[in-house]
Amino acid sequence: MPAISIEKAPQPASTDPSQIRNFAIIAHIDHGKSTLADRMLGITEVVDPRHMRAQYLDRMDIERERGITIKSQAVRLPWRSGIDGKEYILNMIDTPGHVDFTYEVSRSLAASEGAILLVDCAQGIEAQTLANLYLAMENNLKIIPVLNKIDLPAAQPDKFAAELAKLIGCQPEDCLRVSGKTGDGVADLLDQIIEQIPAPQGDANAPARALIFDSVYDVYRGVVTYVRVMDGHLSARDQIQMFSTGVRHEMLEVGVISPEPISSKGLGVGEVGYLITGVKDVRQSRVGDTVTNYNNPTKVALAGYKDPKPMVFSGLYPLEGSDYPLLREALDKLQLNDAALVYEPESSAALGFGFRCGFLGLLHMEIVRERLERESNLSLISTAPNVVYNVKLDDGKSIIVTNPSEFPDGKIMSVEEPIVRSTILAPSEFIGAIMELCQQRRGLLLGMDYLSEDRVEIRYTLPLAEIVFDFFDKLKSSTRGYASLDYEAIGDAEGDLVKVDILLQGEAVDAFSAIVHRDKAYAYGLMMTGKLRELIPRQQFEVPIQAAIGARIIARENIRAIRKDVLAKCYGGDISRKRKLLEKQKEGKKRMKMVGRVEVPQEAFIAALATDADIEKAKAARK
Amino acid sequence: MKETSFYVHIPYCVKRCGYCDFNTYTPTELRDGGTLETVSGDYIDAVLRELEIAHTQSSGSVPTIFFGGGTPSLLKAKDLGRVISTIKEKWNVAPDCEITLEANPDSVDVAKLQEFKAAGFNRISFGMQSAVPHVLATLDRTHNPDNVERAVRAARTAGYESVSVDLIYGTPGESLDDWRTSVSAALSLGVDHISAYALIVETGTKLAAQIKRGDLTMPDDDLMADMYLLVDEMAQNAGMSWYELSNWSKPGHESRHNIAYWRNANWWGLGPGAHSHLDGVRWWNVKHPTAYKSALFAGNSIEQEREVLTEQQLKDEAIMLAIRMRDGISLNKLNKDQVSRISGYCQSGHLDQAQWSNGTLQLTAQGRLIADRIVRELVV
Ligand SMILES: Nc1nc2c(ncn2[C@@H]2O[C@H](COP(=O)(O)OP(=O)(O)OP(=O)(O)O)[C@@H](O)[C@H]2O)c(=O)[nH]1
Ligand SMILES: C[S@@+](CC[C@H](N)C(=O)[O-])C[C@H]1O[C@@H](n2cnc3c(N)ncnc32)[C@H](O)[C@@H]1O
Ligand code: SF4
Ligand SMILES: [Mg+2]
Repeated sequence: MPAISIEKAPQPASTDPSQIRNFAIIAHIDHGKSTLADRMLGITEVVDPRHMRAQYLDRMDIERERGITIKSQAVRLPWRSGIDGKEYILNMIDTPGHVDFTYEVSRSLAASEGAILLVDCAQGIEAQTLANLYLAMENNLKIIPVLNKIDLPAAQPDKFAAELAKLIGCQPEDCLRVSGKTGDGVADLLDQIIEQIPAPQGDANAPARALIFDSVYDVYRGVVTYVRVMDGHLSARDQIQMFSTGVRHEMLEVGVISPEPISSKGLGVGEVGYLITGVKDVRQSRVGDTVTNYNNPTKVALAGYKDPKPMVFSGLYPLEGSDYPLLREALDKLQLNDAALVYEPESSAALGFGFRCGFLGLLHMEIVRERLERESNLSLISTAPNVVYNVKLDDGKSIIVTNPSEFPDGKIMSVEEPIVRSTILAPSEFIGAIMELCQQRRGLLLGMDYLSEDRVEIRYTLPLAEIVFDFFDKLKSSTRGYASLDYEAIGDAEGDLVKVDILLQGEAVDAFSAIVHRDKAYAYGLMMTGKLRELIPRQQFEVPIQAAIGARIIARENIRAIRKDVLAKCYGGDISRKRKLLEKQKEGKKRMKMVGRVEVPQEAFIAALATDADIEKAKAARK
Repeated sequence: MKETSFYVHIPYCVKRCGYCDFNTYTPTELRDGGTLETVSGDYIDAVLRELEIAHTQSSGSVPTIFFGGGTPSLLKAKDLGRVISTIKEKWNVAPDCEITLEANPDSVDVAKLQEFKAAGFNRISFGMQSAVPHVLATLDRTHNPDNVERAVRAARTAGYESVSVDLIYGTPGESLDDWRTSVSAALSLGVDHISAYALIVETGTKLAAQIKRGDLTMPDDDLMADMYLLVDEMAQNAGMSWYELSNWSKPGHESRHNIAYWRNANWWGLGPGAHSHLDGVRWWNVKHPTAYKSALFAGNSIEQEREVLTEQQLKDEAIMLAIRMRDGISLNKLNKDQVSRISGYCQSGHLDQAQWSNGTLQLTAQGRLIADRIVRELVV
């Protein structure tokens, strides 16, 4: 029996590093990381078959509903090698595949000596396969290429083994073949992990150094800090110290995840586990910091991580103005577990009080919004996402603009916007379509490589703002869903950017202002004025809707004055029905937002701010 | 002295029109085996029972009685007459009491109308709806347009003091010219009064289903507005003037019963689903005729629901109702805030300038078209 019961397996704090293997499973989104992790939980018998469920480690409701992993999860797995018959401890980390959560992958890799690069062999190499492979290479990790989903009829393992080998520089035979669904090849894979991935190395006698790779707030236990011990050891009786702050903490509990928390005497060199110190705020137990012994502190910190930088901004407002304090609380709470989320209060003439929030990307934005709504029972309205601009004024001053309505009027010397380096992988038949799209989006071709005869990697620099504005949907639709996209920020560049205001009866509506490239200002103006004309009900008087750059009007629509707003029916004596209708309308009127003298229903704001994707989603939900 | 008007609901029709969601039933819907003839005798017995209850709670004089439906003209004059004479026995019915019969132009002739006249009716209102065949067809009306002229002449022969027709505008497929045809047909009949209602798509009706399926499309608000302005102008040219948003009459032919509703007067509604109002209390009866009858005969309450209006509701209602009348609302009944909120509607031509200067809020034709909006400004 290759599985070893947890009680009989080598115990935390007394496992020799030579018996330990630490690895992360990395792949493009949906290539089956979490499903493969399931099989590993199963054959190592840390999860009872009766308790097994698909994507066991995706524990958040939102992960389960969407079928995606958002947070990395580390699990300690005992395993007896089928090759040498010895006992080992494997620390496996399942990682997210979506580009917004690449920082989670980086952290996991820093806690590992090896990575399993998983490729769905019905799909082949995709953009995040490459991105994550390069990350692992930068971390000097041993990479084991693995083809997954070999059970699928559409699988082409030979073809993709060749591509993968070319990419990594190994032989096609070196690619292992597994099915996360059937479990085929998984025991072999575990044995190969032991064979190929180096054991951790560290100085057991040195002052303790452990890298914090995750820090999570739990209502019952306070902050749970996940660490990988590099040197020395941490024991349950220790007092520990955070290197960056020098603050001392009592250790309340130390343990490992298997995959439920199991407390232990301590953690030794190379081990992965968790600490509980009674800290209530994740910021006191920061990801990337080094944990050391209070009585025998290290002098040298481990290399930490760069904090993830928000790339996309949007205003979040409660539909009910009175929910503002609730929204603040909800954001505070969410931030405890999501250091990537940033926010600050802002107010909008049109939408009231809310927060300008920064996100890692569009998916992150969507997820944060959904969690806020779900976990705090809020209804929110969000403004269109935008990037951050660096505006230099004539007088030499410069300002950072995260809200388009704060874009200064006039006296602008230059505007810089974030630029990304993007990698698009697609079948070669779509090269033309992709290049056309990137051209339209102000892209600059960096290069193109054939991964195989019919598969190309195209690299472009693109303004991030273009990606934020429905680039991915357009890319998917122009390549019949075959293209995949990865991108990373590479800095800022000057652009010919202008602010387009949308005016109702001459008054700018802050929530609709946008910063766009000059060539696209007219199209944006036309789109918004047209949308609003459909959405805003007719008023007592004619209402002009204009799009303007500064004082210059670039597009105009009109809402004609209302002509009919009366129920001219024979009511007989049923006055109550008419009065109830009036009472309902009274309520409706209260929910109107006034823009100058123009009454705008809240629904019109929501609809005007919705993206095409939102609309598709709403349609799908209605079906 | 106290006044109470009576509304008598007759919940029967030969066939249900496609747009209608009134509380009315066809013989097949009733499914109690009876024909209209047989159920109606029973039904009137029940109404007389309710009249006994009414008598314990209201007394005084009766300025108007209105038989509506449904199709009251389907019932025998003798049966409707029993209701009128009972009211006359128990209340002080003025000699000039307005007693109206809603009638289907198909279900009457001179003889029948004379019988109704003898039973006490002096005002008659025909459901004409339209004079244009394709519009009537879309409305799913069975009557032959020529019958309307015959019916109106018969009513004249029978000696009714006031004759009215109901029209509907804004039927899918109806053009402004179609509407002009219908209005001029109605006016050329020489009637004393017309009601013109905008077609409302009520949920659950055949019309609503046809629209949902896309078989029919409702006209846009601009056309509806033009139709309203047209009937208003044509009625005026024919010597009629509006006295309520949907009603026009020759001088002295206003429906006093109708006015009672808009003035928040007291009335008792007899019959299933009928609504009553006495001194700030509104209630309505159980909806189904069978439930109504059996409750009455078993001595149980027939009340479905009741509401005692709050101060605020009374105020809101007063504005909502009075604004629809030509007499309008005296500005000194409004507070400063209310006046300032709507004064802009004077400049925009929705309120009559001259009346405003005289201290009265009176809607112009354009204003009547947005009456609900102006009400919302007043009641917030
Ligand atoms: N047929 C087959 N389907 C698989 C296999 N492995 C995973 N899947 C399916 O592929 C889909 C994605 O699987 P996940 O395990 O959630 O993929 P993931 O890589 O963890 O996805 P992210 O965490 O969102 O990046 C699910 O529908 C799985 O059931 C396999 O070996 N064979
Ligand atoms: C109480 S109803 C019934 C009168 C009578 N049964 C008839 O249909 O001729 C009075 C009037 O209301 C109008 N009406 C009925 N349903 C309507 C609707 N859905 N929309 C607008 N007016 C309607 C018609 O003009 C009808 O003549
Ligand atoms: S005749 Fe009048 S009450 Fe009867 S169904 Fe038709 S519209 Fe309705
Ligand atoms: Mg996953």
